[in-house]
Amino acid sequence: MTTADVTLIDPVLDRVKTGIEAFDDLVMGGLPRGRTTIVGGTPGSGKTVFATQFLAHGITVLDEPGVFVTFEESPADIEVNMASFGWDIRRWRETNKLVFVDASPRDHDQMIVGKFDLAGLLTRILHAARNAAARRIVLDSITQLFDHFVGEQTSVRRELMRIATALKREGLTVLMTAERNSEYGEISRHRIEEFVADNVVILRNALDRERRRRTIEVLKMRGSRHVEGEVPITLVVEQGIVAVPLSSLRLEQQSSTKRVTSGNSELDRMCGGGFFRDSVTLVSGATGTGKTLLVTNFLAGGVAAGERALLVDYEESRGQLFRNARGWGVDFGAMESDGRLKMVCIYPEAQNLPDHLLMIRELVEEFKPDRIAIDSLSALERIAPETGFREFLISLTSFIKKREIAGLCTATDKSLVGGQSASEQHISTLTDSIILLRYIQERHLMNRGIMVLKMRGSEHDKQIRRFTIDGTGMHLGEPFDGAPDVFGDPAAGSSAA
Amino acid sequence: MSHNNLSVLRATLRLYIAGDTPAARRALESRLKIQEFAGGIEIETVDILVHPEEAEKAGILATPTLSDESATPPRRLVGDISNIDQVLDYFGYYKKDGGHDHS
Repeated sequence: MTTADVTLIDPVLDRVKTGIEAFDDLVMGGLPRGRTTIVGGTPGSGKTVFATQFLAHGITVLDEPGVFVTFEESPADIEVNMASFGWDIRRWRETNKLVFVDASPRDHDQMIVGKFDLAGLLTRILHAARNAAARRIVLDSITQLFDHFVGEQTSVRRELMRIATALKREGLTVLMTAERNSEYGEISRHRIEEFVADNVVILRNALDRERRRRTIEVLKMRGSRHVEGEVPITLVVEQGIVAVPLSSLRLEQQSSTKRVTSGNSELDRMCGGGFFRDSVTLVSGATGTGKTLLVTNFLAGGVAAGERALLVDYEESRGQLFRNARGWGVDFGAMESDGRLKMVCIYPEAQNLPDHLLMIRELVEEFKPDRIAIDSLSALERIAPETGFREFLISLTSFIKKREIAGLCTATDKSLVGGQSASEQHISTLTDSIILLRYIQERHLMNRGIMVLKMRGSEHDKQIRRFTIDGTGMHLGEPFDGAPDVFGDPAAGSSAA
Repeated sequence: MSHNNLSVLRATLRLYIAGDTPAARRALESRLKIQEFAGGIEIETVDILVHPEEAEKAGILATPTLSDESATPPRRLVGDISNIDQVLDYFGYYKKDGGHDHS
């Protein structure tokens, strides 16, 4: 009784890390110790994975044993189902780091007459917790417990409350999963959260533009701050749930003043001496204006300077890329066999956005490039729900900058002549530099123009320069006479000239 | 009374209780009555606070529970076991056509 009072008064809550890094950030370091958290979600939203990961992290990293109370799957099934995430549940059971309370449905007839309590369940949980010296308890899922005692909702509710209180008194951190009927409706089927939970977390697996979008959201944290809103998550083999961190949390990248080449000396001059080492540059232009060429130069220039370059391409196949590069006098094949270049070509539709982000992060961890090109963001935007795309861009750009890698992304304008694409609107505030490639009409000729629109923290050439493309690449020429309107209608621009 | 119908039966039931609670006391009282009424029925009492491993083994969630582990599948009566007729009927020891005058 006194211990319960102490934990209630204590204003600074000790945190229990879940092992899902970005999620722990959302809740200021982890779930509050000694409290009860409900994790709600529809079938297939990842509740059991989340719960198991919570235990796994305690067992494998922090030496905090756990108890898994299962009302649904048998312990043997859980062992098998969770093995793909790299969790060796059998070994944990053998070493007494994890103890199961098997409350999964058994074959028996049951009749209920009058009043009863769930002392049996509570006793078993406490017994298991003592056996394992457990710090973390999972009940998965309590919806099944309600189903086990159909018609006795009030009793189960009262008893669950009693169980939660008893476990809290033992200082145990409790995670209960609960089933939801719909992604955006009441929190759980039996409104358990209202009486039993200090904290409520929602896992979603919603259909958005014909794609699955998995997210996690912290709905309530009693006596503690948390970050609001849905955060994308993905299920990864050998890891479990990975939340895609929102960089808005930490915008403290240091800015380097070191310059690297864009791969084109004339363009370097326009930029005031090249791109910054830890910056992201956006190249925006209509199809055929030379974005792929700039990407090719960027990669080749890096490799020539002794750097490692990574290309993630969503537009073209390897074959096409090799052919294009050869056309401009660049040999990607030799760079790859030297191990200086890595090219990954993948259809945007092959996976959803958080998985793309994760893939890029893994590639960077593995290959450790000095520069990375992504061609194009517009292709990725096709598969993304609007909110998801902005989150993706924030995470991607901040990741690139944090790793002190020079980044180059392309965006394709929808119209051939100027105008703004949606991705441009999104990304223009997130990138450090913007280079525009435009078709510009002069009397009866259509020319290509390049301009550096923005160069964070540096002077740059503000002219719109002509350029031509031939068998040796890109050649910058004289500035345009007059002032063509690169943002609008080229006809209007020429009439003004 | 239906003593005759039950005299040939030998059965062991288990009564799971959790410590000394009003519900447990009522259940223990009913246990005595049942044994008195149906001589062939033996009822073991298991206090799960003393033997939590027994609750785990049998998969007991609720108390009080009167359980027949020898039946396939096992039969469980949860809650109030003071109605002897109901108890015997549920576990299959009370022949309705044989007995007549009980309660």
